[in-house]
Amino acid sequence: MNHAIPMKGILVSCMIVLAALSGGRAAAQEQSLTFVSWGGAYARACVKGYIERFERETGIEVRIEDYNGGLAQIRAQVDVGNVYWDVVDMELADMVRGCDEGLLAPVDIDEMAPGADGTPAAEDLPEDGITECGPTNIYYSTVFVYNDARIGATKPNSVADFFDLEKFPGRRGMRRSPQVNLEFALLADGVPLDEVYATLDTEAGLGRAFRKLDTIKDQIVWWEAGAQPPQMLADGEVVMTTAYNGRIFNAQVLEDQPFVIVWDGQVLDTGGIGIVEGTRNFEAAMKFVRFANTPRAMADLGRYIAYSPSRRSATSLISTHAETGIDMNPHMPTSPENVDRALHNDWEWWSDNGEEMNERFSTWLAR
Amino acid sequence: MNVVPEQKTGRTRPGPGLRAALLVLPLLVFIGVTFLAPLANMLVRSVHDPVVADALPGTLEKLRDWDGRNLPDEAIYEALAGELLKSREDRTLGQVATRINRVQSGLRSALTRTARRLGNVEDGPWREAMTGIHAAWGETGTWLALREAGDRYTTRHYLNALDLQRDPGGSIVRQPEDRRIYLILFWRTLLVSLGVTTLCLLIGYPVARLIAHAPPRRAYLLLILVLVPFWTSLLVRTTSWIVLLQNQGVLNDMFVFLGVIGDDGRLAMIYNMTGTFVAMTHVLLPFMVLPLYSVMSAIPRVQTSAAESLGATAWQSFWRVYWPQTLPGVGAGCLLVFILAIGYYITPALVGGSTGQLISNMIAFHMQSSLNWSLAAALGGILLVCVAGLYVLYDRVVGIERMRLG
Repeated sequence: MNHAIPMKGILVSCMIVLAALSGGRAAAQEQSLTFVSWGGAYARACVKGYIERFERETGIEVRIEDYNGGLAQIRAQVDVGNVYWDVVDMELADMVRGCDEGLLAPVDIDEMAPGADGTPAAEDLPEDGITECGPTNIYYSTVFVYNDARIGATKPNSVADFFDLEKFPGRRGMRRSPQVNLEFALLADGVPLDEVYATLDTEAGLGRAFRKLDTIKDQIVWWEAGAQPPQMLADGEVVMTTAYNGRIFNAQVLEDQPFVIVWDGQVLDTGGIGIVEGTRNFEAAMKFVRFANTPRAMADLGRYIAYSPSRRSATSLISTHAETGIDMNPHMPTSPENVDRALHNDWEWWSDNGEEMNERFSTWLAR
Repeated sequence: MNVVPEQKTGRTRPGPGLRAALLVLPLLVFIGVTFLAPLANMLVRSVHDPVVADALPGTLEKLRDWDGRNLPDEAIYEALAGELLKSREDRTLGQVATRINRVQSGLRSALTRTARRLGNVEDGPWREAMTGIHAAWGETGTWLALREAGDRYTTRHYLNALDLQRDPGGSIVRQPEDRRIYLILFWRTLLVSLGVTTLCLLIGYPVARLIAHAPPRRAYLLLILVLVPFWTSLLVRTTSWIVLLQNQGVLNDMFVFLGVIGDDGRLAMIYNMTGTFVAMTHVLLPFMVLPLYSVMSAIPRVQTSAAESLGATAWQSFWRVYWPQTLPGVGAGCLLVFILAIGYYITPALVGGSTGQLISNMIAFHMQSSLNWSLAAALGGILLVCVAGLYVLYDRVVGIERMRLG
């Protein structure tokens, strides 16, 4: 009997604490949203570019978490029914796949704001920039970059130069993944832009891509995270490397690195924000997606990092870098002088062949 | 008279037994929930996958009677068209398409595109409509793949994990050469783990002996030197090796400065197998030193002195008196290091480059990127069998009861 009373007391107080905690949690969640993004310079640009203004205008607090892409964490949350991510910044291929697999909530394109000139969102965005689970917001690009201070007198200016060890001896950085690398190899081997994926679709074409990669294989340093290539270039670990253009831009203007981007053969990709299926904050999440998809938010993001807006009407809004005041236009992957030798990433081809390519790529690496 | 003690024990035994059982119950529940259940789930996943079977029951039912040589008849096309549309409505189509695509690359877009466009098709003939949308529907291979993906229970993932596949006739053949990757990686993982274990033993044994027989004060200091890295984050230790070993790193700079190598002859010590070996050996070394130390510190020093005073050489007294007594520690250390090494993942990912990747990196890829959890589970299952096999082997050869973990 002596034991019973304190036990009961403890139980009761536990329940009170639990109730208070859960109540507090529910109350807090009404005004907050968890936004998962790529971290580093890009996440910082999102915060400065539009998230701060979103918080001020809507009163919704945005908590930022980092991830490295992919659908695994979203799938785990949705499968178990414990969804704690609300909105996720993702690449187009994952958006489409996540949508197909029921991991993302459907978003009607007509819910999005009209363009800066009043055109409906469905017409303002490019056709392949609209998915059933939301619109895309940015264009980003994988380019190759060299360090001007270490390259010597002749400078590389085409994707073929990346594979030319005689003219430009030294190690090269590439992402450890078949994506982009196979395309790059074919472009360097002289395949025209519009035939790259058709060539990859054939056994002979695929063999050709791997043979081209073979020619520089022992000189490649592989990277995985987007922050690595600028570091390797600055350290002199490589003479040139593939990289995301936004990261290189930041190294150029904020760290004064003598990096030069070669836009020839850049591989253009798009990204957007998806809403995780089953989120308890759907209303707020929808507001966020709509806000980030406005032309102004896209253009503001472009004042902090060199990723172009996906909306046509936002292109004219691109202005200067917020911190240094330089004109952003020449640094954008879609600006006219950069885009004419760009390859658009064929996400459908990759969602069909991604797994098989990865097996082949890993086999090739291990040989 | 006999009845009384029996009754007594009968009454008292459950008491402490039950209490003991209750005391370990939380641990058992914890192990069950966090270890055994996920393990069982993983093993089930590797052979059981009902997604396609649940989404296309009618089509698969009809395909059972199909001969597999000619294109199936109109009724099957009709059944599939209906079920694809329904699957698209239920939002399961992506999962279905992904699974069929794993049997044959390229079918993912065939399925999703067909389902998208079938919405506009009012009625048959369905074969024409579907072949018009995607040419894949005019090939028997597509239907074979569909039928294979429809099995609820399958050994496909285990075959795949061993670089095998079924040919259209149903017999097991090897994968084409440019897709054989997993056996190479299993083999490499085994060799690296053995190599790292050997290195750890060679380096760890003298260190443990030095600590065990040093005066207390110095032993304490040495032990701290072993423990500090042990307590330091794995990531920090691995990245420190990058700083030391990279092309423009501390070690290479020093060699160039000393004139050992020229500036253009810098050694490639990281992002390859060397890097993996060095970093993994360093990270796992404490797991060898600590059990060895605990065993060695219990061996009286007078024994070796006695052996030597009785005429044994230094080598004889070590090999015949000291070494046999350290075997339980050697066994424990080796087993610990080996089992940890075989599942190692972060270190090879960071410093392994292209040639230093291990099987666990592939498992991580299938868990995180390709979402092919069945294949990841099959790879994990094979790894589990390997480790269990080695454990049994160890038990037979050394005896598990002789193991001392410290």
